[in-house]
Amino acid sequence: MAVLLIGEVTDGALAMDATAKAVSAAAALGDVVVLCAGASAKAAADEAATIEGVSKVLCAEDAIYGHRLAEPTAALIVSLAGDYSHIAAPATTDAKNIMPRVAALLDVMMISEVTAVIDADTFERPIYAGNAIQTVKSADATKVLTIRGAGYDAAPVGGSASVEMIGAAADPALSSWVEDKVAESDRPELTSAGVVVSGGRGVGSEADFALIEALADKLGAAVGASRAAVDSGYAPNDWQVGQTGKVVAPDLYVAVGISGAIQHLAGMKDSKVIVAINKDEEAPIFQVADYGLVADLFTAVPELTEKL
Amino acid sequence: MKVLVPVKRVIDYNVKVRVKADGSGVDLANVKMSMNPFDEIAVEEAIRLKEAGKADEVIAVSIGVKQSQETLRTALAMGADRAILVVATDDVHNDIEPLTVAKILKGIVDEEQPGLVLCGKQAIDNDMNATGQMLSALLGWSQATFASKLEIDGDSAKVTREVDGGLQTIDVKMPAIVTVDLRLNEPRYASLPNIMKAKKKPLDEKTPADYGVDPAPRLTIVSTAEPEARKAGIIVGSVDELVEKLKEAGVV
Ligand SMILES: Cc1cc2nc3c(=O)[nH]c(=O)nc-3n(C[C@H](O)[C@H](O)[C@H](O)COP(=O)(O)OP(=O)(O)OC[C@H]3O[C@@H](n4cnc5c(N)ncnc54)[C@H](O)[C@@H]3O)c2cc1C
Ligand SMILES: Nc1ncnc2c1ncn2[C@@H]1O[C@H](COP(=O)(O)O)[C@@H](O)[C@H]1O
Repeated sequence: MAVLLIGEVTDGALAMDATAKAVSAAAALGDVVVLCAGASAKAAADEAATIEGVSKVLCAEDAIYGHRLAEPTAALIVSLAGDYSHIAAPATTDAKNIMPRVAALLDVMMISEVTAVIDADTFERPIYAGNAIQTVKSADATKVLTIRGAGYDAAPVGGSASVEMIGAAADPALSSWVEDKVAESDRPELTSAGVVVSGGRGVGSEADFALIEALADKLGAAVGASRAAVDSGYAPNDWQVGQTGKVVAPDLYVAVGISGAIQHLAGMKDSKVIVAINKDEEAPIFQVADYGLVADLFTAVPELTEKL
Repeated sequence: MKVLVPVKRVIDYNVKVRVKADGSGVDLANVKMSMNPFDEIAVEEAIRLKEAGKADEVIAVSIGVKQSQETLRTALAMGADRAILVVATDDVHNDIEPLTVAKILKGIVDEEQPGLVLCGKQAIDNDMNATGQMLSALLGWSQATFASKLEIDGDSAKVTREVDGGLQTIDVKMPAIVTVDLRLNEPRYASLPNIMKAKKKPLDEKTPADYGVDPAPRLTIVSTAEPEARKAGIIVGSVDELVEKLKEAGVV
């Protein structure tokens, strides 16, 4: 039994944390072979080869994989699938785009957002925004899964797997990349940060989100947001935490001006310590908070930033 | 161009879901059911395409229990022209898997020949985020998931997608499958006259067998459990006390 694990490669660079967490989960299933695909992917492949538990790295370099469009990337994965009992990937937006396409091409079911591997056929996954945990057993010949990293520690570096260059598969030529709008930031990445400070509708404006960012910078934290804050234009879409945004489990999560709807809790309730600052003592966020502060955020947040 | 919109009947997003004590699933007795919120966004987008003269007919499809009729009537009241209900089970607890849904949708696409299928990005009950991508694979069509902007221009469409790093824009060849994200549009409410009119719009009833699809699931549900509860926290009286507690907990 061997697992083909899709390494998370963006613009030639490996997302180490996301990939290494998925390796931790996949190691329970058999030998882990990581696939790194990109317009350039050799540097990413070399880095993946250092993750402990990786037995081999396959590297496919071709312009058609440059932006990881679903159709060519799925075709590449399917061309390799025969050798593996499992095909897995970290549950990133890239993988969520590609992996169900792979599953359907192989005529197997998709198993999304796995949080625990019970055995080779049996997996746990949250449903209903994490309000229930389902255990499912697959009868399919190949298991195609995405792994939710939040519950896993990253596999350490220290390995030295071999890297094998492989050719490209045929390009279905159905879509083409136009542009990316990616904000550069010096802050830690949301899903790997040890501390996350998130703002909600209560913050009230894009300008006042600076309060949240100042607290985050004091704590060396990533910045998150509720859907309402993103919809209102206070924060960019890639900051959204929740059922349909990013799932985080940092050591410390600070929720400011966020009511605590189940869709938001789905993305953060496994954080180790949760702090909530909200002026409404009835806000449901206080039911999951370890430390709640009933206060106006416009006075409490600057004071907290200063006193830390 | 016809636009096909698959809509799923799910527990309303405001309902607090409860797991049944015997671990056999979630409690659906007397629970409010609604259209999957992402599918409302898909229906809205399809209607806007029709209003803009880019589509001539909007067909809503639902696969599941007979009661999914109500969900289809909602789509018709919003402005869809006709509906297809595929009755695949008579047990409300039996969720039809994305692979099966995609196979049935493929059968419908083969018959109806739409130029575009607009799916939700994710059903908020099973949280699979798979059906649109699977349908696209089965049809050999292009796919654009998590769309926050859609512009159709002849035989291609420009789609902006919400991705982990921000936004990505791609061009897809038509016909295409697009799955919609939260910020694509704000769905309209159906007006009372439109709700009345919707009752007279055509709603065809089919079965999976009509499309040669065996709805047997690939995944067996072994158990459904409550997530671990968090232990109760405390309310602190001041910022000073909060700072002190965070220091004690060793997180700052
Ligand atoms: C299909 C679907 C998917 C969704 N996915 C997500 C998701 O991924 N992530 C997500 O977050 N949401 C998601 N939602 C939305 C979710 O249901 C809530 O609407 C949203 O989380 C509310 O955001 P909020 O808490 O910022 O806003 P609100 O609920 O409006 O809460 C604002 C809070 O700020 C407090 N406040 C106001 N002023 C102050 C002040 N001066 N000082 C202190 N506190 C103040 C208020 O007391 C209130 O509690 C989804 C919804 C749907 C239907
Ligand atoms: N039973 C169903 N009937 C109609 N549409 C469905 C059904 N299941 C899934 N879909 C469509 O596929 C999307 C994604 O669902 P899922 O892959 O289950 O998360 C939904 O938003 C719907 O558009």
